[in-house]
Amino acid sequence: MRQHSIAYRFILLGFACLLLSVSFGLTASLQYLFPHFLNEQFSFRNTRPIHVFLAVSWIFACVIGIIYKYIPDVAGRALYSGKLARVHFALQTLTIFIAVSGFCMGYFSGREYLEFPPWVSSLIIVYWLLFAINFLMTIRPKLASAPVYIWSWCTGLLFFFITIIEAHLWLLPYFNDNIIRDLTVQWKANGSMVGAWNMLIYGTAMYAMEQITGDKKMGHQKISFAFYFLGLTNLMFNWGHHTYIVPANPIVKQVAYIISMTELVLLANILWQWKISYKKSGNTSYPLAYRFFKVADTWILLNLILAIAISVPYINQYTHGTQITVAHAMGATIGINTMLLLASVTFIFEEQLHDAAKKSIGIGLTVMHYSLLIFWVSLLGAGITRAIALYEGNYFAQVSRKIMPYLVGFSASGVVLVVGICLIAFSFIKTISEKQLED
Amino acid sequence: MKKIAVIISLLSFYAGYSSWVYTYGTSCSIAMTEEAKQGKLLWQINNCQSCHQLYGLGGYMGPDLTLVTTTKRGGEKYTRGMLLNGGARMPNFHFTGGEADAIIAYLSYVGNTAITITK
Repeated sequence: MRQHSIAYRFILLGFACLLLSVSFGLTASLQYLFPHFLNEQFSFRNTRPIHVFLAVSWIFACVIGIIYKYIPDVAGRALYSGKLARVHFALQTLTIFIAVSGFCMGYFSGREYLEFPPWVSSLIIVYWLLFAINFLMTIRPKLASAPVYIWSWCTGLLFFFITIIEAHLWLLPYFNDNIIRDLTVQWKANGSMVGAWNMLIYGTAMYAMEQITGDKKMGHQKISFAFYFLGLTNLMFNWGHHTYIVPANPIVKQVAYIISMTELVLLANILWQWKISYKKSGNTSYPLAYRFFKVADTWILLNLILAIAISVPYINQYTHGTQITVAHAMGATIGINTMLLLASVTFIFEEQLHDAAKKSIGIGLTVMHYSLLIFWVSLLGAGITRAIALYEGNYFAQVSRKIMPYLVGFSASGVVLVVGICLIAFSFIKTISEKQLED
Repeated sequence: MKKIAVIISLLSFYAGYSSWVYTYGTSCSIAMTEEAKQGKLLWQINNCQSCHQLYGLGGYMGPDLTLVTTTKRGGEKYTRGMLLNGGARMPNFHFTGGEADAIIAYLSYVGNTAITITK
């Protein structure tokens, strides 16, 4: 247990970020319903970036913790440097504190999803470098014979560095002084950065599934690599469907559309795998972790259908810039990313969980899944209503009134969703803390 | 070795495509004025995109402002009024007249680049 202590600290940090993120998310949703709520003191321009930044911090801290846990097991040797990992942890915690404090005091860079001042990014790059050194020196990957999850982690790391640098190209006047270039590159960097964290998360999910099923061939199969390369192609070129309305060169849109449609292959595969996995269900020594994977499968399916639909230019023309995009983002970060991370965390701790904790997590998962479904449908409803209202030529105030019932449903289901997340998070925090104290 | 060849090919395509996107793929014939650059800076440090969108990028608390100064519904006077006083949902940022002019110059520049859409 002690050798994994640093991994568990990262997972605890992740849960702290998750709980804070949903708290600020609730505050932001109240500001949607009651626009005057804290409007002059702590407005939506403060709560939204804090919510988003902490949600991303949850994903990164948790996936980093899980990778720190897995890599000594995969490599069959101890972590290269525990000291380096502890410095990494301290620096990442400090960066989160600095960024959130800055948002509270009103320091912004005004960039979508990376709203902290640019110098904060230098701290982020430093701790990712520390992580990369520890990862590579522990794994010492021989790519030609490595399983697909090692490829996935290496890709995630590489593209994190590429995309965070790309996201700061706006600091150069060549990019900043041309709005078409600035917006296109901003979408490009953000879209691919999401692809990078997906690579890290999918790697951990594939490793956990291999351990759960005991099928050691899974990570070396041709089909696994075929889907890895398809995912990588989407990471590199799929981002353009966000920029259909930006008057960049039409080739950007055509490339994005063609690549987006390759997701149909992923969709077909998921449907096929589902059919198989239903026959196999119940045959595992990690039933709780397996439940998380199955719920994540449902969300992958729903989000993929939505992603393919909104990648069709004719549909995108009406849906882009509506809550349908938010539904896609929330469905992906909560339904897929968070469920897969929780599946891996459950896999790590399932044998150490008390019965009460298992029960609490099981209830939390059910609550999360169904409330997220209502949350997601409410956002889709708001987005469709907004698109129709704008098409009919309504003013923004009229549009806001029309979508209000959906936003009430969104906020109410958001409260229930937070309850589900709390049930899961506190059970894990308690279990991990007890284990840390025992050691 | 096949896998290494595939990844090298993909990375090469990616590098080439990125270079094209950074140059010819995003060229724009309309130049940003110094005042518009000031406006963009104000837009960013006040985190306006948290509530507003430009070309669909940003938050949903307020309206998309891509065409706010270039269409009849908005216009420069309306935009100036909102910037100087705030609105039902928008806090008063206490912008000076010069700052409001700079933000309007930036939004007008953005609106003019959207000419292909309005056509």
